[in-house]
Amino acid sequence: MARAKQAAKTGGTPAEAGESLSKDQLLGFYRDMLLIRRFEERAGQLYGMGLIGGFCHLYIGQEAIAVGVQSIQEDGDQVITAYRDHGHMLACGMDPNEVMAELTGRSGGSSKGKGGSMHMFSREAEFYGGHGIVGAPAPLGTGLALANRYKDNGKVAFTYFGDGAANQGQVYESFNMAALWKLPVVYVIENNQYAMGTSLERSSSETHMYKRGASFRIPGEEVDGMDVLAVRDAARRAAAHARSGEGPFILEMKTYRYRGHSMSDPAKYRTREEVDEVRKTRDPIEHLREKLERDGVADEATLKAIDAEVKRIVADAAEFARTSPEPELSELYTEVYVEAPQ
Amino acid sequence: MTDILMPALSPTMEEGTLAKWHVQVGDTVSAGDVIAEIETDKATMEVEAVDEGVVEELLVEAGAEGVKVNAPIARLAGGAAPAVAEPAAKAPAEASGDPEKKGPAEAKGDEPEGEGPAAVRPAAPLADPEIPEGAKLVKTTVRDALRDAMAEEMRRDETVFLMGEEVAQYQGAYKVSRGLLEEFGERRVIDTPITEHGFAGLGVGAAMAGLKPIVEFMTWNFAMQAIDHIINSAAKTHYMSGGQITTPMVFRGPNGAASRVAAQHSQDYAAWYAHIPGLKVIAPYDAADAKGLLKAAIRDPNPVVFLEHEMLYGQEFDVPEGDDYVVPIGKAKVRRTGADVTITAYSRMVGLALKAAEELAAEGIEAEVVDLRTIRPMDHATIVESVRKTHRLVTVEEGWGPMGVGAEVITRVIEHAFDYLDAPPARVCQEDVPLPYAANLEALSLPSVEKIVKAAKAVCYRP
Repeated sequence: MARAKQAAKTGGTPAEAGESLSKDQLLGFYRDMLLIRRFEERAGQLYGMGLIGGFCHLYIGQEAIAVGVQSIQEDGDQVITAYRDHGHMLACGMDPNEVMAELTGRSGGSSKGKGGSMHMFSREAEFYGGHGIVGAPAPLGTGLALANRYKDNGKVAFTYFGDGAANQGQVYESFNMAALWKLPVVYVIENNQYAMGTSLERSSSETHMYKRGASFRIPGEEVDGMDVLAVRDAARRAAAHARSGEGPFILEMKTYRYRGHSMSDPAKYRTREEVDEVRKTRDPIEHLREKLERDGVADEATLKAIDAEVKRIVADAAEFARTSPEPELSELYTEVYVEAPQ
Repeated sequence: MTDILMPALSPTMEEGTLAKWHVQVGDTVSAGDVIAEIETDKATMEVEAVDEGVVEELLVEAGAEGVKVNAPIARLAGGAAPAVAEPAAKAPAEASGDPEKKGPAEAKGDEPEGEGPAAVRPAAPLADPEIPEGAKLVKTTVRDALRDAMAEEMRRDETVFLMGEEVAQYQGAYKVSRGLLEEFGERRVIDTPITEHGFAGLGVGAAMAGLKPIVEFMTWNFAMQAIDHIINSAAKTHYMSGGQITTPMVFRGPNGAASRVAAQHSQDYAAWYAHIPGLKVIAPYDAADAKGLLKAAIRDPNPVVFLEHEMLYGQEFDVPEGDDYVVPIGKAKVRRTGADVTITAYSRMVGLALKAAEELAAEGIEAEVVDLRTIRPMDHATIVESVRKTHRLVTVEEGWGPMGVGAEVITRVIEHAFDYLDAPPARVCQEDVPLPYAANLEALSLPSVEKIVKAAKAVCYRP
């Protein structure tokens, strides 16, 4: 099972307006984003080696979103997303070993090898998947929020989906009910500009995703999803809105994925120059690294130490994922049903 | 002189209560005037005059129950031809079926307690092992049995709640949830917008978070909008999460053909959902099973597809008194013993099979009727045991034959009792066409007592 909250939760406490973040918090954001980046690079490598099969959707470029939002979550808040989920799981604090071993389909994986890249969960980390169907997280996450309201537990369900999923009908069915019943849910639309190979402009009549809740009276905000501090700031406001009983909030995170839609996507629908330009000017990790150095928060030695720590964690995860045995054949038939204590 | 006739307020209504007259003798009425209020067990509707004239006589007193459709209820002076009064507002088709009536399409007599000659009835009713000895039996409609099951389980477990279209303030499109809002409040009895895909997904999400939703579909036909969440989100998540996440919930509502509502509103989904590992699929026949199995379904930690039948909602059966009657999932029930041929059926088809068995008995063929009750997991042991005795098999289902429930039953019998078969098994099912609207074509398309009798004789090599 996942060891929740182990790797991340570095942000820790809900941010205050105009907060001054501690050195540890800032370094924590840097470390968590770097962990996702290095983890995903290694996953790409293992995929190339044939150790990871099927579909594998990498989060590279989008790290600031999962890390920034997670940093303001309270214990018990839930997270749910679709299939570009590895970064979210690491940000939630799931064990990198278990996530990587799930990618390789091994018994040590978080779903014992039966879920794979797109289907991972952790009840301890309040991470509810990991869903392979585009748009499905929207009602499921709204249902988590319904349960929060039912239990009156003060928790918020952070429900992620992409700009492509935002054109699914069930998203709007969910918006309607969430607003109607004022459910505590924050919809985080990760707008990485491409729904697989179809650009935003070619697929969406309204390209401003934060306006997509307008006809349901759901407020929305456009956020620089490449800036972890901007993400954190916006997420804090959205969560406060949802938690206070005012209903859902939409955050449109403007972001970019550096890799193809999945490992098998050569991404011919955009130019190399376009990708390079984003990497050069908007990279979330470089952006924070420069800030840390510029503001004197961390010197090169400190950052190098973090780089080394992350590298070791990822190397260990890869080794674990390579050596963890495949599931026992008897696992084929287990967990189809919950054994009923009738 | 014009007779005003008792109107049918729904496709399946056969009788109702004349609740109130709005006119009295001597009043002049014009077309469109409200003349009376009529109640069925599900709705109260105003009745308008369609002719002009003076009320000469009220033939039925206010408060009269059981007034048959098309019976004269009032007489107008002037005019010639009898006129059927017109309901002021048509009930929506979904909200309208009245199961009391056997529609034109339905072969008469899906009620097993029919008045047959004593000699051809089963020697003795079978003792039901689930019904405790000495339990007091209460006549209950299937509709109320379902409601009682939900109410009892909601009292027992605070995490159980009901959501769906018209389940709360409207009291249920088919009045199955009658009274639940009053007892449990709007937190636990939730009216949804018309948004099946969305609210099914919300239900699954709530189940993942530890609640036990009962998601009502107004009919299963509309659940096709939601099938992705039933299958991809509910059925598969426990497996995909390596056992970490459960989705304990019930999806329920009326399934199968109603009466004269045509292809898009008349479909049996048993085979569809029974195909899916991770789901349990239940299709009860009588009120006791409806109650006991729904209680079991709500308590079950897995997602359960619970298929009810509109035509059975108003039928009364004996139900053991008390709130602890739970029928185990996955057990078929032999409803009639016989040595000559096994007939398997589920849901409303059980009634037809029992009636067919009576007719067969009159011709010297003793049929054993096996009520599957749970479609998945299928209790093939009971079926196989029966076929080993009778050596002959007829399967009955309301759905289409190809890749259907009967196909599965037959496969299992072939796997486990091949050498016992004395004839190729036969399937009675809906004809391989979308269900037509016209009464005669609808009747031709659906299984009937006659078709079951014919199939049973065929496998017995009897003319």
